[in-house]
Amino acid sequence: MPQNATRLRVLALYKELHRLGREYPDAGYNFHGKLRGLFEKNRHLKDDKEIERAIALGEYIRNETLALYSLRKYRHLKRMYPDQSLTDPFHDPPPPPPKIT
Amino acid sequence: MRPTASRLLNILVPVKRTIDYAVKIRVNPDQKGVDLNVKHSMNPFDEIAVEEAVRLREKLKDAVKSIKVVTVGPPKAAETLRTALAMGADSGIHVEIPDSAPAPEPLGVAKALRAVIEKESGGVDLVILGKQAIDDDQGQTGQMLAGLLDWPQATFASKVVVDAGKKEANVTREIDGGLQEVKAKLPLIITTDLRCVSLRSLSVQWLILNSLHHSLNEPRYASLPNIMKAKKKPIQKLTPADLGIDLTPRIETIKVSEPAKRVGGGKVESVDELIAKLKEAGITAVKA
Repeated sequence: MPQNATRLRVLALYKELHRLGREYPDAGYNFHGKLRGLFEKNRHLKDDKEIERAIALGEYIRNETLALYSLRKYRHLKRMYPDQSLTDPFHDPPPPPPKIT
Repeated sequence: MRPTASRLLNILVPVKRTIDYAVKIRVNPDQKGVDLNVKHSMNPFDEIAVEEAVRLREKLKDAVKSIKVVTVGPPKAAETLRTALAMGADSGIHVEIPDSAPAPEPLGVAKALRAVIEKESGGVDLVILGKQAIDDDQGQTGQMLAGLLDWPQATFASKVVVDAGKKEANVTREIDGGLQEVKAKLPLIITTDLRCVSLRSLSVQWLILNSLHHSLNEPRYASLPNIMKAKKKPIQKLTPADLGIDLTPRIETIKVSEPAKRVGGGKVESVDELIAKLKEAGITAVKA
C-alpha cells in the first residue's frame, strides 16, 4: 500500500532525526521537543505533494544538522591542531597578521 | 579503463576509540590519568582516514577489493568498528584486550598491526591511519608500522591519488611552510591530516556546507540505515596471543596535570592608562 510506504519513510526520518538530536551541542535548544512538535503538526496531511514537501523539509534539516556537526568538529580540530606549532623551539612562530594602516 | 593490476587493492584502516573531542578533560585526583567515565567515540583523524578509504574506493571503483578496519582495544572498542563499518568499510578485525589492561602504546599497536597484515591472506596494499590520536597525541603508530614492515610512508597527507594499475600513489603532504608532493610504490602507509582548506572567509564556509551536503548523500556518515547494514558485516575477534605479540607498556606515566590556569586580564581606568599599558607591552602607535 502506497500509504504504508510513505508512513515507513516518515517514521524512519523521525527516528534518524531523533538519534541525531542526542548529540546537539546547544543544551538550551529543545531539539526533541521541536522535532516532535513539527511532526505532530503535520500528522493530518493528506495531499501527496504536501507530504513530499514536508518529508523534503525534514531531510533538509537532517542534512543541515549533519553539516553542523561536521563543521563543528572540523573547526575544533583546526583550532586544537594549528598548521604551525605555537611552541616549536626550532622554528619561528607564525607571522602576525599584517598591520592595517 | 579496467585496472591491469595483477591483484586488486586491499585497504586497511586502523581506528582508535578515544574520549570524544567535545568532552572537557578532567585529571584524576591521583594525577596519574584522566577521568575515563565519559563519552568515547572514534578518533576524529581516524574518521578522516576511513572517509579517505571510502573516497578512494569511489574513485577507483572495482580496483579496490576490500576496506578492512582494525582496532586494538577493550570490548567496547567494537562500537568504534561498527561506526567505521557504517561509514562504508566492509569488515572489521578486533584485537581485544581486557578492560583492566593498560592502554596500548604506539609500538605495541604497530606490532599488532604488522601481525594482522602478515596474517591477511590477500595481502594489504594501503594502510591509512589518522595522523595522531587526540588522547595521547603521540602521532607515532603509522611511522613505527612503516619501519617495522619496511614500507614507504607518506604522513600528514592532505590529498591522495592512487594509480591502481601502476601500483603507486601521489600524496600531497602538509609540512611547515607549505605542501610537499611525494610519489610512492604500494604497499604504502599513509597518515591523514585535516583536509587543507582555509575556513577564514564566509564564502568558503558556505562552499564547505554545500559540498558537505553533496558528500553526505553518500553513505559516509553513520545514518540509521547504514548502522543497521553494518550490524550484518563481520568482525573477526583476535587476542594479542593469537598474533604472538606482547602489549606490555614500556613507558610509565609519572604525572598528569592540567595546563597552567589563564591569568586574568587587568582593568584600566582611562584611555591614557590604556595607552601607557600598551606602550609598556611594546605595542607602538600607528601613524593615522
